[in-house]
Amino acid sequence: MDIELIQQILIAALKTGTPLLLIALGELVTEKSGVLNLGQEGMVLMGAMAGFAGAYYTGNLFLGLTLAMVAGMMMALLFGVLALSLNTSQVATGLALTIFSIGLSSFLGSSLVGSTIPGFNSIAIPLLSDIPFIGALLFNQDILIYFSFVITACTWWVLHKTRVGLTIRSVGENPHSANALGIKVIKIRYLATIFGGAMAGMAGAYLSLSYTPMWMENMSAGRGWIALALVVFASWRVGYLMLGAYLFGIASILHLVMQGFGFDISPNLLAMMPYLATLIVMVLISSDSLKQKLSTPMSLSKPFDPKLH
Amino acid sequence: MLNIQPRIESSKAMVWCSPLIAIILTMLVSSLMFILLDVRPQQAFEVFVIMPLSDSYNLGELMVKAAPLMLCATGLAICFRANIWNIGAEGQLLIGAVVSSYFAVQAGEDAGISSIMLILLSGMLAGAFWAAIPTALERFFKTNIILSTIMLNYIGLYTLLWAVHGPLADPQGYGFPESAMFAEAVMLPLIQEEGRASVSILIAIFIALITGLVLFKTLPGFIVRVYGEEQAAARYAGFSSNKVVWGVMLFAGALAGFAGSAEVMGPIGQLIPSVSPGYGYAAIIVAYLGRLNPFGIIISSLFMGCLYMGSDLAQIELGLPTAITGLFQGVLLFFMLACDFLINYKISFTSKKVFSKPLKATLINNI
Repeated sequence: MDIELIQQILIAALKTGTPLLLIALGELVTEKSGVLNLGQEGMVLMGAMAGFAGAYYTGNLFLGLTLAMVAGMMMALLFGVLALSLNTSQVATGLALTIFSIGLSSFLGSSLVGSTIPGFNSIAIPLLSDIPFIGALLFNQDILIYFSFVITACTWWVLHKTRVGLTIRSVGENPHSANALGIKVIKIRYLATIFGGAMAGMAGAYLSLSYTPMWMENMSAGRGWIALALVVFASWRVGYLMLGAYLFGIASILHLVMQGFGFDISPNLLAMMPYLATLIVMVLISSDSLKQKLSTPMSLSKPFDPKLH
Repeated sequence: MLNIQPRIESSKAMVWCSPLIAIILTMLVSSLMFILLDVRPQQAFEVFVIMPLSDSYNLGELMVKAAPLMLCATGLAICFRANIWNIGAEGQLLIGAVVSSYFAVQAGEDAGISSIMLILLSGMLAGAFWAAIPTALERFFKTNIILSTIMLNYIGLYTLLWAVHGPLADPQGYGFPESAMFAEAVMLPLIQEEGRASVSILIAIFIALITGLVLFKTLPGFIVRVYGEEQAAARYAGFSSNKVVWGVMLFAGALAGFAGSAEVMGPIGQLIPSVSPGYGYAAIIVAYLGRLNPFGIIISSLFMGCLYMGSDLAQIELGLPTAITGLFQGVLLFFMLACDFLINYKISFTSKKVFSKPLKATLINNI
């Protein structure tokens, strides 16, 4: 394999991995606070639709991006009202959020199908982008990919090095103790859930404004679900999460690679690859069940009602 | 002043009132939406409620839509009762459709009732097999069943697409992604003169009734319910968790697979990429709306069938996008979940401050 092909594959993996990374980062923070939001897929779709609509009607990509994040946050807020304030089952509410968002996004976006806009351009960072091999890979991408690097670093720093992070983790590990210490458990969980929504919205905007600058029903194609598996795969660690996202990115484009090498396999069978890879990875990670048990936030998906304490 | 108080015991009446309240709220929200879309709510009401029930053809179409929903939802309800989050009805349905189509296209006009039975059986087995994969993964590797069933839905969808583009594509089909039309002899018998409703709706009702009886009146049903309510109690009573999990998953898979074969051998008559307009996902809502009770599911699936019909008609009559179905489904499910709050909490308008801690902890989210 020549070096140029490897570079092309890595660039493609970076591009496919970025939405997964963004969604999974949001879900990681949400889950660290003890909330399991299965509505990621729906929030991504709402973000993608709102982002495209915003950019299409105003002509401003950043307005679209903002709108996408707001849409994701609104959906997360809706989840919060039901699951955190009304104490509905988090699993059922997350599924409901996805079903609702799929319907809402295809309904609101039905007039946008087929429209195109110029998406985010790649920005070459002076000097750095001239470094051979790495330059084109890391320093000649669009702004959302740079954002994803920054956000990943910030998330790690906040979660593990600041008081805010400690608060989030304590709420997810033991809400009773956190409550006794005077931490507003529900408020923290709301904020973490809304952060998850904003990240999912941004991932949606990446899909509809950069990855494929257009809007299509169900265009997230299960990325929200794959990201959920990714969080488990990374055992709730930001570093592994980033690595995992790009590995999943490679798995998702494997079919393109194989077609490139001239394998004659039906494109529909190859399109199964990311989902199959997710299944296989899920089996592999569960072989170490003790480690997984230890790294799962203790009160994940368990509702907390401050009135009962 | 609005006062919210946890109930000491969950309210039996609210269990059944909550879906009705949810439906009423959904109708209010959708009226509002219709006004925004410049459609008079009366007109929309006519399209969504009166027209699907007006003539025998439309009623038949309603049955066509309700049958797969009822079959899938019955299976899912049993899984959810056992606290097993099987979201895979869609994939199981599609695989059932693919496998039975494989056999159905080979059958000629001389095929008899036994071939129909065998083809249906193949669909059921295929659906059960598709459900067996996540079950085995869960039992042996403790993988998350929600995620694995969803992944298998996508894999099932691509299997269907691969089948209609490749091995099952009609050789005389000019490259269209469709199988050949099945022979008349392997089609399910119809139950109406004009229209497409087949015996599958009768079978679905029969299965729902039997499932309801088994669930509420027999030991296996009791075991499933105990397992779902409190696994520790089930373990203490010596109930095998393997038997419960395998049992409910294979049952749900077989029903979804049956729904898939009944679709291709009934109203559709061939394998097409759009075998299911998301029946497997809608069945989750149907199961909840029917309170995870097979008897309730008979009613809720007819209701959901009506909603599907209404959206089809709304597209023709009012020019609304079909995406409106998904939107209504989502709104309905949300209101359902929100109304379930009333099962465990009491809202009253008093000025007195009431001690809000219940005497014993209520089981929140018991379904």
